[in-house]
Amino acid sequence: MTAVELKNVNKQFSGMGYKALDNVNISIKEGEFVTILGSSGCGKTTLIKTVNRLYEPDSGEVFLFGKNVLEEDPVQLRRRIGYVIQQIGLFPHMTVRDNIATIPKILKWEKQKIDEEVNRILKLVQLDPKEFRNRYPAQLSGGQQQRIGLARALICDPKVMLLDEPFGAIDAINREKLQKELKNIHSQSKKTYLFVTHDIQEAFRLGTKVVIMNQGRILQYATPEEIIEHPADAFVERLIHTSETIKDYVEDGEGI
Amino acid sequence: MKEIVEYFQTDWSEYISLLLGHIGISIASVLLAMLVAIPLGVLIYRYAVGRIIAERFFGLLRIVPSLAILIILIPIMGTGVKPSVIALTILAIPPILMNTVQAFLGLPQPMLEAAKGMGMDTRQAFWKVKLPLAFPLMYAGIRTAVVEVIASAILASYIGAGGLGDIIFTGLALLRYSLLIIGGGSVAILSLLTGYILDQIYKYLTRYQRP
Repeated sequence: MTAVELKNVNKQFSGMGYKALDNVNISIKEGEFVTILGSSGCGKTTLIKTVNRLYEPDSGEVFLFGKNVLEEDPVQLRRRIGYVIQQIGLFPHMTVRDNIATIPKILKWEKQKIDEEVNRILKLVQLDPKEFRNRYPAQLSGGQQQRIGLARALICDPKVMLLDEPFGAIDAINREKLQKELKNIHSQSKKTYLFVTHDIQEAFRLGTKVVIMNQGRILQYATPEEIIEHPADAFVERLIHTSETIKDYVEDGEGI
Repeated sequence: MKEIVEYFQTDWSEYISLLLGHIGISIASVLLAMLVAIPLGVLIYRYAVGRIIAERFFGLLRIVPSLAILIILIPIMGTGVKPSVIALTILAIPPILMNTVQAFLGLPQPMLEAAKGMGMDTRQAFWKVKLPLAFPLMYAGIRTAVVEVIASAILASYIGAGGLGDIIFTGLALLRYSLLIIGGGSVAILSLLTGYILDQIYKYLTRYQRP
């Protein structure tokens, strides 16, 4: 089953020389962990934001499980899609529990169900419910905050998760832990993940498939292995090459 | 000193009623100012033109001395509590209005994006996210207004609204320094004490900010 599909999607922001999305076509199967890789300004964030309608395309269509998202109420649509951003955006005046329970409360879940689900989801992101549920965001480290960010997006069990450089501001050690845990959560759930990153290692480590974008165009959409073996064009080849050079440097112990 | 003690012995009940009157006029003025300034601030903060017009308008009104406003209001509203409350409300609006505008302008973008992205509608985002996040700065504006109003409420006595100003103006008229000390001192203590209580409430309400 196709989870997310973009057909001839175009988006131009005023003041930009090229389109943020330039006739983008992509079809993502359910259960896929798709990482979207590109440098800043390549349109990768714009792409995922057309899925939950934070951006509206100038032309083209976006489908979520076969339904045109532009024909849906954006608020209802967003409640069915998990959304995680780099700046995390936890609400500072709410406890961890209330942050995670934001949408369940709007949906009027019973209090007992909310508490049970919050505890379950906290365990899923490797935080002890007893220790963390009554804390405020200011009392958490960056890594812990993003775990709550993930928990908040996962609580309603969305079929699609949109993650916009979620680990971009987290230190290297915690980032690696979070990557592993996210990979685990994904493989247990079989939900569809769209994960934006500019870190090539992260993209290839996490993705069951990788989208490589440049100047609003999708250059290649394939498994990591395929991309490494058969890069679609010179740009992709160069991109992989830079990454290998970096890896070699690090492995030689010469530093960068 | 003896005169001060005597005053409290003989006129205690009058003192209390003047004090309560002072507090009452101050509370009414600030509440009225909040009722005008907060909704107005929320309505206009997005529009540069609206911001400038409102801030200039109330800024100008504020330059006019409160005493002048009181006297201007006499032919319209007569004397007593009502014109005093109006004059003090005009004094209290600018700090609350400006802080409300600044608070909403400075709302952190990622939290607004998170609120929208997770599926809050406009109303939910306002009540659950925007207003609570804007609250600390709005509260600071209200605190400023309260302290100013308590000090300025002395003038209300000039047009017969009562309050601690009565003691001061009587003292001036009779050249009794003890009354000036009692009146002035009471206003100063009331102002400091209110400031302290408001600060404690602020600390409690924003306890989430501390690590």
